[in-house]
Amino acid sequence: MADKKVILYTTPTCVFCKAVKEYFADNKVDYETVDLAEQRDRVQEMVDKSGQMGVPVIDAGGEIIVGFDKPKLDAIFAK
Amino acid sequence: MSKIYDLIIVGAGPAGMTAGVYAARKKLKTLIISKDIGGQASWSSDIENYLGFSMITGPDLVKKFEDHLEEFSEDVELRVSISGINKVSKKGKNFLVETGDGKKEEAKAIIIAGGKVPRELGVKGEKEFLNRGVTYCAWCDGPLFKGKDVAIIGGGNSALDAALNVSKLVKQIYIVNITNELTGDPVMIDKVMDLHHIRIMNNTEIVEIEGDKLVDTLRIKSRDGGLEKDLHVSGVFIEVGSLPATDYLKGFIKLNKNGEIIIDELNSTSVPGVFAAGDITEVVEKQIITAAGEGAKAAIQASIYLAKKQ
Repeated sequence: MADKKVILYTTPTCVFCKAVKEYFADNKVDYETVDLAEQRDRVQEMVDKSGQMGVPVIDAGGEIIVGFDKPKLDAIFAK
Repeated sequence: MSKIYDLIIVGAGPAGMTAGVYAARKKLKTLIISKDIGGQASWSSDIENYLGFSMITGPDLVKKFEDHLEEFSEDVELRVSISGINKVSKKGKNFLVETGDGKKEEAKAIIIAGGKVPRELGVKGEKEFLNRGVTYCAWCDGPLFKGKDVAIIGGGNSALDAALNVSKLVKQIYIVNITNELTGDPVMIDKVMDLHHIRIMNNTEIVEIEGDKLVDTLRIKSRDGGLEKDLHVSGVFIEVGSLPATDYLKGFIKLNKNGEIIIDELNSTSVPGVFAAGDITEVVEKQIITAAGEGAKAAIQASIYLAKKQ
C-alpha cells in the first residue's frame, strides 16, 4: 500500500472514525484526513465514491471501505 | 473454534466492558464479542451523571472504559464482529456464540449485555435511504448536514437532544412528532423552543422518505385527516426510542413482553450459566452508571457459577 494514496473521510463526532485512526496509527498507515464538518464541499466527493453518507469512508487507492470494517482493513493494511 | 473460554460476554457497552474488568479480576479467560465498542453510550453527546466526571462526551467515556479494559488484555480478549451476533445455544454443559459471519466460539458461561438498538419507523424509504440521509444517530452524522434543512422524527428526549445537538450546524429543523405535544422533559422542551430555526409539527405522521441517490423529500400527513405535504430536507434523523437487541435470543431464554431479558436479583436468566446485564434486561433504569453496576454484578455471579461448576 505504500505507493497508494489513502483518504479517510470523517466527522468530529464519529466514533468509528477514531477507531480507524487508531488502526492506521498501529499499522503505520500514512493518510489524508478529510473532516466533512469543515470541508462541506467534499461531502459530495465522498458520496460519489461510496454511494452513501455514513462515515468513516476510506479510499485506499481507489478501493472504498465504508465503516470500521476490520477484516477489509486487515486485507489491505495489516503487516 | 480454537479454545473454550470460561466466559463470553456479548456486547461491549458499559455493562459488557465493566463485566470484562470484573471477570479479569477473577482470572476468568474471557472473550467479549460485540458489533461495536461502547454501544449506545458512544452515541451520547454530553454525559453529566457518571460519577467522577462532571461532564464527559460519550466517545471519551467509552475510550476510558476501553483503556481500562485493555489493562487486562492478558485475560480478556475484545473482538469486534461487525456482522453482529446470530445465535447463542447450548453445547453439552457449555454454550456456543455464533456471529453473523458464521464463526462460533465456546464458553462455560455467558453474559448477555448487548444493549438496545434504535427503533425503526417502518415507513417506505427508511431502509433504502439509510446512510443516504436517514440516520439514527444525529450526534454522529449531524456534521454531514451542515447548512442543510433536516427533519427530526420523534417528540421525546432523544429527539429533543438531537435537535439541540444539530441546532448550531443546520439551517432549518423540523420536528415531526406523532403525538399531540412533545413528551420530553420540560427543561429540554424549553431549550428547543428557544431555537429560532425550528418548526414543531405535532400530531403528524410520516408517509414516505423520498429522494434520488440521497434523501430530498419527507412526505408527511397531519393525523387530523389533512392533506399530504412534502418537506424538502436532506436529513431525516429518526429518534423514536430503542428496542432490546434480543431477536436472536427468542426461544433460548425467557424475555418479557417488551423483548427484554428477564433476570433475577443475581442477574441470572432462565438458563443456568447464562447471565444478562444492562439495557437489554428488564431492569427499569436505563443509565450508563446502572448498566456498569449490573455488568459488575453479572460477572461476579458468573464467577461464582463457574467455581461451583468445577
